[in-house]
Order: sequence, then structure tokens, then C-alpha cells
Amino acid sequence: MYYIDPHIHMVSRVTDDYETLAKMGCVAVSEPAFWAGFDRGSVDGFRDYFRQLTEFEPKRAGWYRVQHYTWLCINAKEAENVSLSREVIAMIPEFLDRPGVLGIGEIGLNKNTRNEAIIFLEHLDLAAKTNEQILIHTPHLEDKHQGTRMILDMLCDDARLERGRVLVDHVEEHTIRPVLEAGFWAGMTLYPTTKCNPHRAVDMIEMYGPERLLVNSAGDWGPSKPTAVPDFIMAMRLRGHPESLIRKVVYENPVEFFSQSRGFHFTPPELAEPEEIGGRQ
Amino acid sequence: MSSAATAPAVLDREFLDIRARVLELAAALDRLDRADGSVGGDARMAAIAQAIDIVRDSKADRAERVQLIFSRPYEKGWRQKLGVVPR
Ligand SMILES: [Zn+2]
Repeated sequence: MYYIDPHIHMVSRVTDDYETLAKMGCVAVSEPAFWAGFDRGSVDGFRDYFRQLTEFEPKRAGWYRVQHYTWLCINAKEAENVSLSREVIAMIPEFLDRPGVLGIGEIGLNKNTRNEAIIFLEHLDLAAKTNEQILIHTPHLEDKHQGTRMILDMLCDDARLERGRVLVDHVEEHTIRPVLEAGFWAGMTLYPTTKCNPHRAVDMIEMYGPERLLVNSAGDWGPSKPTAVPDFIMAMRLRGHPESLIRKVVYENPVEFFSQSRGFHFTPPELAEPEEIGGRQ
Repeated sequence: MSSAATAPAVLDREFLDIRARVLELAAALDRLDRADGSVGGDARMAAIAQAIDIVRDSKADRAERVQLIFSRPYEKGWRQKLGVVPR
């Protein structure tokens, strides 16, 4: 089955992972900007990272006929540095019209602090003014419920935002309901120990239905599994769900959500000439 | 939408898994007991006990309620507290 991984940090993965993803049916990935494991020292560090996301990663993905899309921001961890964050936010528009850029992300909260909230609001303002879609990171573990509710408060305060163009990621059992009820898209991240696993993700599909729900691996430089979406596909099959439902969640839903971005020029694998897929370089 | 399988079929499929997880939990608590010192006053132990109570009750949404046990509380007035002004 063809699928799309809507949240994966391929800059942290080796080229062999692209090959494995392609062999498992992955036809496109979307890569939000995130924390590199250390705090970058200057706005130029982010400019270089955004070049990597918009220039080299699409090329590397294309070697295996995987289409690469991306989101730009300064992540919640580095948002503690407010002055650097403001420099990065001012620089982002240089990249917004590049091919494959889907919007602003992954912005959000980490420890639910004042500075994180201030920079989150400034990112929302940039997205509203530039009419970009938004991809949101919610905190981990004991901070997730509080942080997700704070994020929803800030999103719902801003009447300029179209809720159907905002994805709130890393939802779990205690945060999925308010996200969907408020009209946003929700992403379930299959990540060892700190997030969700394939069977709990299937549980949430059974409880809430497939509308506005996405499944991703959030594969990155930590202990993570870039092939987690195929694990979810297998769990759905073993639990007796039809192929049409699985395809909706792992392929049709991401295409529907991303199609609202002007940077999404997706070629369905059935229609593409070999040189066309991944040819956007 | 609900599960695609009947309850007996789910139990057949999951029984060994559930058994293994309960055993793992029991062994981890034994390990804590055998270790030197005490964690009786540690808030995390109280949270674990509360979570086990939820697992054992017969009400719905156990996973959601267990998640909330391990969560910091959300306060509606957080903006005033942090001094964050909505746009
Ligand atoms: Zn991420």
C-alpha cells in the first residue's frame, strides 16, 4: 500500500532509510523544522538548515522516488531565546515561496513557559499574515495535557486562523478529543516510550473515526522508528480493518490536508512518469 | 466506529499480551520492594497506585484517565499567571 509519512525528520536519517521507506510503499514525506539536539548559535545556523530542508533533502528523497515536503520555524526548545527566535521568524519569509514548503512548523510548546508561548504567538501571527498552514508540536509526558490545552487556547483566540489548515501533532488519549472537537487536524505519533504505539493508534481510530486524523513516525536522531507507519498499517490489518480505511488514514488524509498549501504539488504514484516523481529538485 | 472484532475474539488475540504486561508490572513492583531504602513518600508511587486503581475499575476511557493521572494540571487562567497577552 502507498502511504505518506506526514512528520519525519529525514535530515537526521541516513540515505538507506529513504530506500527502506520507498520499499515499504512510502511515496512522500513531510519534514517539519525541529531541534537539532543542540541550540544553534545564530540566525545563519537556521538559514543553512532551511537550505538543507528545501534544497538537499528533496534531492536525496528523489533518488528513491520519494517526494519531500517541509515546514519552517524555530522550535519550542530554542524559542526560550526570544531575540534569536525573532530574528529567525523575520528570516523565514525568504523561504516560504520555495517549492515543497507547506507552511510554519513544528511550532508549539515544550515546557509550557512564558517565552515559548510568546514565540508561539509570533509564529501564529506570521502564518496568519502569510496565509501559511501550521503544524504544531505538543509537549511530552506530564507536560502534554497542559501544553496542548494552552496551545488550543492560543489557536482559538486568533480568529484569523482557519482550523482546517492547522495540524496539532503528537496527540494521545487525553488530548485527541479537544483537538478534533475544536475542528483542527490531529496527528498520532508512533514513537517508542514517550508517545503512542501502533495498537493505541488503532484504538483511537476506532474511537474517533478516521476524519482529520494522521499517523506519523516522527523519526529523528533519537531512538525512533522511521518505518512506524507500516507498523500501524499492519496493526490495522491484523485487527480486521478494511484496506479502504487504512488507505484513507495513511494516504488520502495527508493528501487532503497538504493540498491546502500552495507548495504542495503532489504527483500520485499511479500517474507519475518515473522521472517525474521526486524530480522536483 | 468501533472495533472490527467481537469481545471473545479480542480476548483470544490479546490474552497472552495482557498477561505478560501484568506480570511485568508485578515484577517491577517486586523489584522496588527488594531494593534498599523506601519510595513510599514519592509522589510517583502514589500516581502509580492511582493508575492501577483505574486499570481495575470498570468504567470507560481507562487509557485517557491514566494519562491524566501522569499529567500536570491545566489552569484556565494560565495567560494571566504567565503574563501572556492574547493578540
Ligand atoms: Zn518532530
